[in-house]
Amino acid sequence: MPDGALPVLDVRGLKTVFRTRSGEVHAVNSVSFDLKPGELLGVVGESGSGKSVTMMSLIRLLPSPPADVRQGTVMFDGTDLLTCSDQTLRDIRGGKIGFIFQDPMTSLNPVFTVGFQIMEPLRRHMGMTKAQARTRAAELLDLVGIPDARRRLGDYPHQFSGGMRQRVMIAIALACDPKVLIADEPTTALDVTIQAQILELVKELRQKLGMAIVWITHDLGVIAGIADRVMVMYGGQVVEQAPVKELFRNPQHPYTRALLQTVPGVLGERPEKLNVIEGQPPILFQAPTACAFRDRCKQAFDRCGRENPARLDVGQGHDVACFWDPATGGPRNA
Amino acid sequence: MLDAARSKPLVEVRGLKMYFPIHTGLLRRHTGDVKAVNDISFDIYEGETLGLVGESGCGKSTCGRALIRLYDITAGSVKIDGVEIGHTDQATLRPLRPKMQMVFQDPQASLNPRLTVAEIIGEPLVEHTRMTKAERLARVYELMDAVGLNRRFANRYSHEFSGGQRQRIGIARALALNPKFIVCDEPIAALDVSIQAQVVNLLEELQDRLGLTYLFISHDLSMVRHIADRVAVMYLGKMVELGPRDPLFGEPLHPYTQALLSAVPEPDPSLENTRQRIILKGDVPSPANPPKGCAFCTRCPKVMDVCRQAEPGFREVAPGRFVACHLYDTTNQKTAGRTGASEASPQTYQHGEHA
Repeated sequence: MPDGALPVLDVRGLKTVFRTRSGEVHAVNSVSFDLKPGELLGVVGESGSGKSVTMMSLIRLLPSPPADVRQGTVMFDGTDLLTCSDQTLRDIRGGKIGFIFQDPMTSLNPVFTVGFQIMEPLRRHMGMTKAQARTRAAELLDLVGIPDARRRLGDYPHQFSGGMRQRVMIAIALACDPKVLIADEPTTALDVTIQAQILELVKELRQKLGMAIVWITHDLGVIAGIADRVMVMYGGQVVEQAPVKELFRNPQHPYTRALLQTVPGVLGERPEKLNVIEGQPPILFQAPTACAFRDRCKQAFDRCGRENPARLDVGQGHDVACFWDPATGGPRNA
Repeated sequence: MLDAARSKPLVEVRGLKMYFPIHTGLLRRHTGDVKAVNDISFDIYEGETLGLVGESGCGKSTCGRALIRLYDITAGSVKIDGVEIGHTDQATLRPLRPKMQMVFQDPQASLNPRLTVAEIIGEPLVEHTRMTKAERLARVYELMDAVGLNRRFANRYSHEFSGGQRQRIGIARALALNPKFIVCDEPIAALDVSIQAQVVNLLEELQDRLGLTYLFISHDLSMVRHIADRVAVMYLGKMVELGPRDPLFGEPLHPYTQALLSAVPEPDPSLENTRQRIILKGDVPSPANPPKGCAFCTRCPKVMDVCRQAEPGFREVAPGRFVACHLYDTTNQKTAGRTGASEASPQTYQHGEHA
């Protein structure tokens, strides 16, 4: 790891299994990562790659059953979130760890005013009186750029547009000055011009408040714009992790390489035909004994079917879980 | 991709309006209209792909549906292959339906869960042709091959397929009657990135093979840049810009198109850091109560007094490039100098250059 700052969040060997009627689904398989203070970690992957489940597991938001967080440690502020008491966890959720969910339409409660929903964590975690909380809530709405904030506290979620609702969600997540903010596809449901507004807002707030952010998305464009470091997930595992510029300049894993070629941009060369990753993502009915990407991988060779590659450090804070070496075009010597 | 022989308009739209009435009060009185599509005109040429972009609520899907008369339009004329379909009744329309088909956004919701794949793809054949059962099955197999679905899956139900495969079923159904014109309404929006490319490539392949004409509705500008020959931009029920792909992406004319393009995140950090982003303030106004003058005047960074008074016309300012903006008025030619537009050129909906 490049610099010596102690991570605010340290996840080791996280493993989550869903019990379903047709057997166990291994959604997250030994995921390890850390988050430094003030850093923005981007998490990319297709649906079903385990990115949301990883984040939900680490603060135990998944209903159990069917979910079962089998293994791992999640160290936050000297506490293991997976073994601590429910009471401790409740103090952390919404307090020191803030959450923004994908869909601003369904993650706000339609029968409470927006003001009530922002004041709730303030009163619960910060012990504020109603009047103090109201003042702070108005400040927060103002901070996220909602005009006429004090009056709008009395409005219900349906009176806000999609972009505005997402701003309200951000205000709630920021209410208690979290050290870590986990944002699960916060702009996916929004239009591009509104997405641009939200991205600018997040950049600005990060500078002002200095929190660490985990940003889950499938949009590589968004990642390129805001992330410091990127983690690529596939089949419930981390397949590659690197600083953002390094990852885009020097992708190592065949999946990352294919993904970068699949996505067209609005600038630069326009390819005549889009590159395609053939096939479908895997369904994980067993713990992986081989590389999860091998069926769709053009570089796969016999070893990929026998062993599951471990993450290997390739320098410059970059690691990859693959037996193939793009530099030589052959197997990696390791 | 296109040549002179093919550049004849297949779809001609003039002054299309689609209003949805608002009824309020105890007596459900008609008190206003949501002007989803408000007076737009354009052509789609044979064999081309016209990309239709805009934010949610701008009327792009309504426009696509109105074009093939899934709605009874409020005003205007729509000609497909020379036949006026704007105000014809459904009985006359029915024999024309095979020519125009649609691929829907949500592949889950647009397939009947109680029918097998063969029944779904074969349904238009039952409705519109007199094929025997065996002929129908043969055609269904042919279509499944064309869209890359395994024939063995013909008797399965749609829930057994992934999103990308379901979209292939939707495309096969749209192709069943050999249509000329297909409206693709956000066909890839519900799919994962790696699957999006598969579906886009399939659509392009089919177009080359069968000479199809597409209206490709999408909010994903980078995909539209990939698939479209010409691009139309809508805002609040109005068409604000229409032009050939490369000039439009290279040098957008309308301030809204400029903002929209600058807002698209680029998947490359080195290019991304060099960009000037135009951040629009506020939200899109309600189409039930659009602002006076230009629809974009409430958010436009280059707004002038005239924009709040008069609605700009949709004019051709350079060959093949249409824009509705007062910046390009002939009287304001000095401010709009860089377009090099000539005085009102004749209103022919010309083609731009194609690679």
